[in-house]
Amino acid sequence: MRIRRTMILETGLAVLALVGMPGMLRAASWPKKAFEWAAAKDALVSLYGTDTTSPSDRIELSAPLVAENGAIVPISIQTTLEGVRSISIVVEKNPRPLAATFEFLEGTIPAIDCRIKMAESSPVMVVVQTPAGLFSSVKKVTVTVGGCGQAHSG
Amino acid sequence: MGNTIKVKAKLKGDVADVKCLVVHPMETGARHDPDSGELVPRHHITQLSFALNGRSVLIANCSTAVSKNPYFRFSFAGAAAGDRLSVTWEDIKGKSDSIETILG
Repeated sequence: MRIRRTMILETGLAVLALVGMPGMLRAASWPKKAFEWAAAKDALVSLYGTDTTSPSDRIELSAPLVAENGAIVPISIQTTLEGVRSISIVVEKNPRPLAATFEFLEGTIPAIDCRIKMAESSPVMVVVQTPAGLFSSVKKVTVTVGGCGQAHSG
Repeated sequence: MGNTIKVKAKLKGDVADVKCLVVHPMETGARHDPDSGELVPRHHITQLSFALNGRSVLIANCSTAVSKNPYFRFSFAGAAAGDRLSVTWEDIKGKSDSIETILG
C-alpha cells in the first residue's frame, strides 16, 4: 500500500512538474547525434540545419593563445547579439568537434565561462544562434599537451 | 543528493551570477588506465540544467570534451532573494544528481 501511495504521489508530482514548468518543456533533449560527428561541418548541420555562419564582432571569445594542458582550456564567451537561443563551442581538430552547446532561456544573459578539452592545437569556433541566424567567432589555440587521453601513452 | 554539485549564486540587483562546479570524471573513452593498460570506458555528463523556481534558465549539453569536474559560470536577470535555484545533471550511464539553493 505504501509503495502504491508513493507511486501515485510521484506521478502527481511529475504531472505537476510538466504543467508548471513551461521552461523545462522548451528544453530540447541532449543532441546525441550532433556530438558524434567527426567533422565540425556535419555537427553544425545536425544541430542547426546548416553550417553557414556569419562572422560577428559582437561575439567576444576569450581563450588562451597557448594552452599548456589540453585537458583544461578555459573558454569565456559573451555577446551583445540579441535574442540568443544557444551558444555552441566547436573544436575543429578534436575527434568529435562539438564540445558543448548551451541553451539560453529568457532572462539569461548570453555569456558563459567553462573549461574544455583539446586533443591538439586547433581553431576554436563559437557559434551563436539568434532569430536572425547563426553568428560565429574563431580563435586559434595552440596546445602543448593534448587533453583527450592519448598523450598519456607517450 | 547534491554531493557532487557545488553552486554559488551572488545577487546584484535582479541579476544572479552563478558559479557551478560538478565532480565528475568526464572520461573520453580514449584514455588508458595507467595500471591495467585498459581503455577506460566513456563516461560523461550529457546534460546539466539550471532552473529558477522550476523554470529553466540555462541548459548545458556536454560532450566528453568538457573538462573533468566541469565548471560553468553564467548569469541571469529576473532573480530575487528567496528564489530557488536548482542544478541537475544527468550522465551517459543514466546517473544523475541535483541540488537546490536559495538566492540571497
